[in-house]
Amino acid sequence: MTTILTATSEYSVETRNGLWMKAADAEKVTGWALKPEGMCRDDLCVPLPPGAVSGGEVDVAAFWRRLGGPAVANKDGDVWALGTPADERNAQLQGLEAPDFALPDIDGKERRLSELRGKKVFLATWASW
Amino acid sequence: MWQQLYSELKDKNFMVVAVAEESRGADHARQWIEAAKSDYWQLVDVEHRLEDLYNLVNVPQAVWIDEQGKIVRPPETAGSTDHFRRMDLKTRTMSPEDQAARLAARAAYLQAVRDWVTTGKFALDDDQVRARLPEVTPQIAEARARFRLGVWLRLNGDPVEGDRQMDEASALHPESWSMWRQAADLDEVGKASGPDFWERVKALGDKPYYPAPDL
Repeated sequence: MTTILTATSEYSVETRNGLWMKAADAEKVTGWALKPEGMCRDDLCVPLPPGAVSGGEVDVAAFWRRLGGPAVANKDGDVWALGTPADERNAQLQGLEAPDFALPDIDGKERRLSELRGKKVFLATWASW
Repeated sequence: MWQQLYSELKDKNFMVVAVAEESRGADHARQWIEAAKSDYWQLVDVEHRLEDLYNLVNVPQAVWIDEQGKIVRPPETAGSTDHFRRMDLKTRTMSPEDQAARLAARAAYLQAVRDWVTTGKFALDDDQVRARLPEVTPQIAEARARFRLGVWLRLNGDPVEGDRQMDEASALHPESWSMWRQAADLDEVGKASGPDFWERVKALGDKPYYPAPDL
């Protein structure tokens, strides 16, 4: 099994030869579904690069790079991270709506930024290091 | 750190969200969070997800968000200054002048937050915010993915490969002090402010470690 890390989740998926996987797993991991036009999400379809689909399987690393996102792996190739494409990040930030997130407090209780709609929020980072 | 500010302003539709960029996790952050005795949100971000979402590079940085959920000030240094770079490393002290200047800069920043909450002053208009948002490059995007991979490998029993991925992340995104210092800290507590850190700070030359916010 291969571990795949996305921006907010972690998946364990059967893969071969890099990130070739069943279309259903590709959809679970990326949110994009295999259709005759390519990989589709809502009304948007992105054609797959030549040779990135075969027998109901998809090369998710090739697809992800086609989207402009980084697909990187550890030396052994059994743990991958699919990062958010730079263009997508920039477009989101330039839209000025504060990107929403959910993070836990020290007791594990999840808090979501959007719960604070209606208040001014001072969002600040710190670290012990 | 922000409790006094929050106590003063909490009745004015205001909230502080403090996020610990802490790959060692909640139990490591707990002692500082409990000591702060805060009643605003204190959250723990093991994977530095917030830094990815908001394109952050250091701590403390802050983003101001209005009642509609819109960014009205982009990421900027939240009250810290570069005076520490001139401190006496043996005694870990700053000159009285630097100490005073440091406190004054912090007070000015906190006053700006107060003014924003009470009058709306210091909120930037949309175009100003956009112009000040640092661009996410493909190198930064890859650095974030490698950092995420590195933290995971570190926490799942492969420190050697985890370190290698985090080193690569820092090489791709050298402006991120958070990536470099978090990796150093995961290697050994204290290393993030050890001799290698000071070497790296010195190598900045005339460039700021904490760019001053342009209020």
